[in-house]
Amino acid sequence: MDDARFEIADGRLLVTGRLTIEVFETLDRASTRQMAQEAQGIDIAGLTQMDTSGAWFLVDLEQRLGAGRITGASEAQDQLIATIRQNMPPKDAVATKSLGLTDHLENLGRRVALGGRNALELISFLGQVMATLARVIIHPRQLRLTSVVHHCQQVGVQAVPIVALMAFLIGVVLAFQGSAQLRQFGAEVFVVDLISISILRELGILLTAIIVAGRSGSAFTAAIGSMKMREEIDAMRTLGLDPVAILIVPRVLALIIMLPALGLIANISGLIGGAMMSWIELGVSPAVFQSRLVSNTDVWHFNVGMIKAPFFALIIGIIGCYQGMKVGGDAESLGRLTSASVVMAIFMVIVVDALFSIFFAIVGV
Amino acid sequence: MTDDPIIRVRGLVTSFGTNVVHDGLDLDVKRGEVIGVVGGSGTGKSVLLRAIVGLLKPDAGQIEVFGESVRTNDADSYRALRRRWGVMFQDGALFSSLNVRQNVEAPMREQLNLDDDLRALLAGIKVRMVGLPDKAQDNYPSELSGGMRKRAGFARAIALDPEIVFLDEPTAGLDPIGAAAFDTLIKQLQKSLGLTVFLVTHDLDSLHAICDRIAVLADKKVLAVGTMQEMLDVDHPWVQEYFHGPRARAAMPLADLKETE
Repeated sequence: MDDARFEIADGRLLVTGRLTIEVFETLDRASTRQMAQEAQGIDIAGLTQMDTSGAWFLVDLEQRLGAGRITGASEAQDQLIATIRQNMPPKDAVATKSLGLTDHLENLGRRVALGGRNALELISFLGQVMATLARVIIHPRQLRLTSVVHHCQQVGVQAVPIVALMAFLIGVVLAFQGSAQLRQFGAEVFVVDLISISILRELGILLTAIIVAGRSGSAFTAAIGSMKMREEIDAMRTLGLDPVAILIVPRVLALIIMLPALGLIANISGLIGGAMMSWIELGVSPAVFQSRLVSNTDVWHFNVGMIKAPFFALIIGIIGCYQGMKVGGDAESLGRLTSASVVMAIFMVIVVDALFSIFFAIVGV
Repeated sequence: MTDDPIIRVRGLVTSFGTNVVHDGLDLDVKRGEVIGVVGGSGTGKSVLLRAIVGLLKPDAGQIEVFGESVRTNDADSYRALRRRWGVMFQDGALFSSLNVRQNVEAPMREQLNLDDDLRALLAGIKVRMVGLPDKAQDNYPSELSGGMRKRAGFARAIALDPEIVFLDEPTAGLDPIGAAAFDTLIKQLQKSLGLTVFLVTHDLDSLHAICDRIAVLADKKVLAVGTMQEMLDVDHPWVQEYFHGPRARAAMPLADLKETE
């Protein structure tokens, strides 16, 4: 079949061949319109095939000439042309307006206001969870123990291998890098202090929190979000069940219990990694490492790390669940909020860690 | 040529694990007709649709559309074949990250090399043809009601002027007025675009209103194919109950009713 051809004969525009959507890939519409300007009417008796786009083009040409000028259409073609006539887009389609300075300012203002509103919402959510948590502590019978244990298993026990391996490698890296630097001063033995203080005080718990945020924070958002999407949360409410008590408190509680435990495991495994590398690289035997660790590293370094753990857990749990509750009806928001939850949780963990550093510096431990 | 069926299914066998859904199913669809496929839940209506459009690999049997097998190994010819049909899934299955116009543009963007203005314009016409207001073009699927999502899904299915459209329960979940309007829309577009419509439905009103022929799926086969009148005379308990039940009587136009009495 031939592509459509346009020619002028006896003052009429003759259209022959096939006028379908593929033709428009190559057809020069502007020059065809130019040519049609001189025509008195459009004769499509020679059209072999026409689809919606073809009909649109003919109607478009016709409208430039004045109505009712298409002749020679078969019955089916006539019907299609009539349908298109009814559905022609409005004459002047809305041109996209370019954004001015005031529009940008307005956008900025809206974003700031939205950010403020979200922060407020997050804080009120935190309050709600804390209140429910307090109620559960006062009336322990309301606690969903099975659920808490299940989540402890999910966020805690199953995270042990990855957390331990991560901390072990961090210990190895610290010992390796530290020894290279300290050897220049003949102060190799201080590598023990370097490893113990940095791991116990900061790295052990911080990196554990980051892994848990990526592992469990996202899982919380996805699980609660998909429940929200399928109206399970609404169903709970209509049954008089409190989603905060049933879904969120067990998750947050499990994190608060398990994150310190994971932090402890990370600390031990990091120290083992560091001790091993010190032995291999510097010849600091495990016995020397141990005695130096005990005599030179204050127990408060360990305490500082452990004190932070429940706060990190609370941040990860609250943000993960809050983002999950914000999921709307569509799958896209689930994905977006899951990644937002991880980013926000990690960011907040680091911010709070910085605040703790300042706090502990002021109180002098 | 015109007498050849546009869709030809022979000896179709599909199963999920040990659960056999179709066992030696035969079906012919003629060019230009509206065929309604009915059957109880779990009789494999949607599975049949998915097998015909090639989303599901049957265990055995021949499926030919336009005289070509849909199980061809040649990616290009399957692509060319796919270009000639459109599918509307139950809830529209719109891409949630695109707005309505972009959804309708998606098949054009994928298959053809058109300039942006023309593509947007043609998409706009399709959106108007399915009866959506112009301002809905910029809405995202999550902002639309169920009925509007179905219409938008239909617009996407007819974006490339296909010869066949497959509609999976187009009126399910719509209010009676919306469902009737959708029936009218299908019939009207079927006429003006010369479509062959393969309709999976539960809706007796739709069957009465728009279907030229009805195929009943039961006992893992197509039990009967024919017009509404012929269906009323089929001697099978399920078919009897389906077409003579209280809902069927309510849906039946008066003229049909008199003839059966």
